[in-house]
Amino acid sequence: MKYLGIEPKRLRFAVFEFTGCEGCELQLANKEETLLAFLGAVDVVEFREVSSARNGAYDVALVDGAISRTDEVERLREIRARAKVLVALGSCACFGGVNRMKNACDLDQANREVYGDHPKETLPTRAIHEVVPVDLKIPGCPVSKAEVERIVQHLLFEVPYQFPVYPVCLECKQHFTVCLFDKGQLCLGPITRGGCDAPCPAGGLGCWGCRGKAADANIDEFRSIARERAHGEREIAERLGFFGGFEEHS
Amino acid sequence: MKIDLNVDVHHLTRVEGHGNIHVRVRAGKVEEARWDVVETPRFFEVMLKGKHYTTAGILSARICGICSIGHCLASVRATESAFGLEVPEAAKKLRLLAKHGETLQSHVLHLFFLAAPDFLGAPSVLPLVEKAPEAVKLAVRLKGAGNRLCDAVAGRTTHPVSLQVGGVAVLPPRARLLALRDELERTLPDLAAAADLIAGFDVPRFERETEFVSLRGESEYPFIGGRLVSSDGVARAEHEYREMTNEYAVASSTSKWCRLSRASFAVGPLARFNNNHRLLHAEAKKLAARLGLEPVCHNPFMANVARLVECVHVTHDAIRLLEETAAMGEVKTMADVAPRAGEGVGAVEVPRGILYHHYAYDGDGRIARANCVIPTTQNNANIHHDLPVLAERFAVDGMTDEKLELLCSMLVRSYDPCISCSVH
Ligand code: SF4
Ligand code: SF4
Ligand code: SF4
Repeated sequence: MKYLGIEPKRLRFAVFEFTGCEGCELQLANKEETLLAFLGAVDVVEFREVSSARNGAYDVALVDGAISRTDEVERLREIRARAKVLVALGSCACFGGVNRMKNACDLDQANREVYGDHPKETLPTRAIHEVVPVDLKIPGCPVSKAEVERIVQHLLFEVPYQFPVYPVCLECKQHFTVCLFDKGQLCLGPITRGGCDAPCPAGGLGCWGCRGKAADANIDEFRSIARERAHGEREIAERLGFFGGFEEHS
Repeated sequence: MKIDLNVDVHHLTRVEGHGNIHVRVRAGKVEEARWDVVETPRFFEVMLKGKHYTTAGILSARICGICSIGHCLASVRATESAFGLEVPEAAKKLRLLAKHGETLQSHVLHLFFLAAPDFLGAPSVLPLVEKAPEAVKLAVRLKGAGNRLCDAVAGRTTHPVSLQVGGVAVLPPRARLLALRDELERTLPDLAAAADLIAGFDVPRFERETEFVSLRGESEYPFIGGRLVSSDGVARAEHEYREMTNEYAVASSTSKWCRLSRASFAVGPLARFNNNHRLLHAEAKKLAARLGLEPVCHNPFMANVARLVECVHVTHDAIRLLEETAAMGEVKTMADVAPRAGEGVGAVEVPRGILYHHYAYDGDGRIARANCVIPTTQNNANIHHDLPVLAERFAVDGMTDEKLELLCSMLVRSYDPCISCSVH
């Protein structure tokens, strides 16, 4: 990957996964139109899901998933110690993601319900920045590969990346998608950070806020508009809590 | 020759999720051979409780990043069955198209990115970008076609948005459907080239007789809903899935295990092929015959061939469906939804095998109880029981720890285990 004939830096990347669906890692192998260029621009030295090569020497660690067991805490600390830059990849890593919903349950009882007489070790779900310092958070469930590509380009050319400050609505309007919030669906587009290109409303589903709170979003104002449009307290609260991106810790 | 061998794989690579393999052979005898799943549990069944029906499919998709479309479809089907709802014909076709897109992208991902490096002597696909660029490029084209199909119909490839209770929220424009048909037609030579490549793979000669469980197709190779069947002759209705799975928790693994007529059974491409081969597209049948895949096949390593055979089937079937959906005009793709108390089961053949979601609803459209039985959960015991037989068979003169480790790893990979999914 050259720009105006200038060679960017080469960085060694490693990818690690914790509690999650590994959908964010999978995005690294998606967007086939530019996949070969992407793979050519980065040196992937460790990525268990796709490679048997193991190498402790890396510059950038991409970490997907949340933390919900003691061995994960230890593994994450080791990665932090080795990596120059630690990136939280996706909403599980950034906010805890959907896994965080289990924290509202009694974990012993949850264990009994699922495993009966063979309970398994489990901790309340945490985002990775609640365990170790994180240098960069890329939200999304899953992350947008286009955004990951942009961020990697910035890393290689050593230019800071600016996340969009506008909400999802702006991108939604750019696609001329008919507004679902106006048509009666609850949609978190007005208060959610843009950058995903608003795929959900285009596909007929209101935004679920997977990228977390937009800069300067007025949540109280949004709540009262949603209530005026006949959305109940429980629906609004459940939606805001779904990925953990609107809570204190995020 | 009395040989000693040790295999100790911690966090097997090129599979989704975390699992370990241990094998110990002393004086030619297998003393221990085990497959343990150590993935962190997420408790989805508990998190699904209390969820509104409009949320269930969105949450369930997050069980698995690779087969999120399959999870979403099993989820909405369980809900629709609980509500006694029939979805419009057009929606059924669109759902099957999304399913085919997922099968294609997942199988190609497995064959080229996860399995092929073993057969080509590479640690991953990355060195193959230079060593075998044509193979990688054709894999990228095929995977891209599958993903673009998912994008067009489900709104997204990972964590679909248009597959909702009642049908499919958006009917893709005719021009997009026809463009996809053209793209799939252009990938047919790529599938032929993939077949040439896989024909050259040295598939380990190994068999262990087992039971195969899948949906049973009536007139079409089955993917979404229908009757359940096993190669040992067990037949059940979709809602009787518990009698087919008999899930139980074990101390050594965070994933559960299953059994039916024997100590273990298998689900997945080989099971679907063994139970439904007569319903495959003619081109897929031809390919199976060419690559030596014959029912009933008991060699788990042949699952890779079955995957390619299914890629050919779904590509041809998707071309047909794209033509049919493009010709439909402006039709209804969503039924009206009226929640009611009741229970429903959705069974869907996802890339790794048959998947079940089962929900009980209260009268307010919220889930009172949920149960999900995952393909890899059903395969875990079968993998575990394959290992000692494999070790026994290959504990012969000239075998080394490294070679046996590769064989055991390839065996586990041949099931394409989706471990975080199996633990959920
Ligand atoms: S953020 Fe979403 S896609 Fe990414 S790992 Fe978590 S559940 Fe999966
Ligand atoms: S559908 Fe949602 S994201 Fe789009 S404009 Fe309306 S409120 Fe904003
Ligand atoms: S529209 Fe909302 S839920 Fe969908 S990807 Fe964007 S931020 Fe996430």
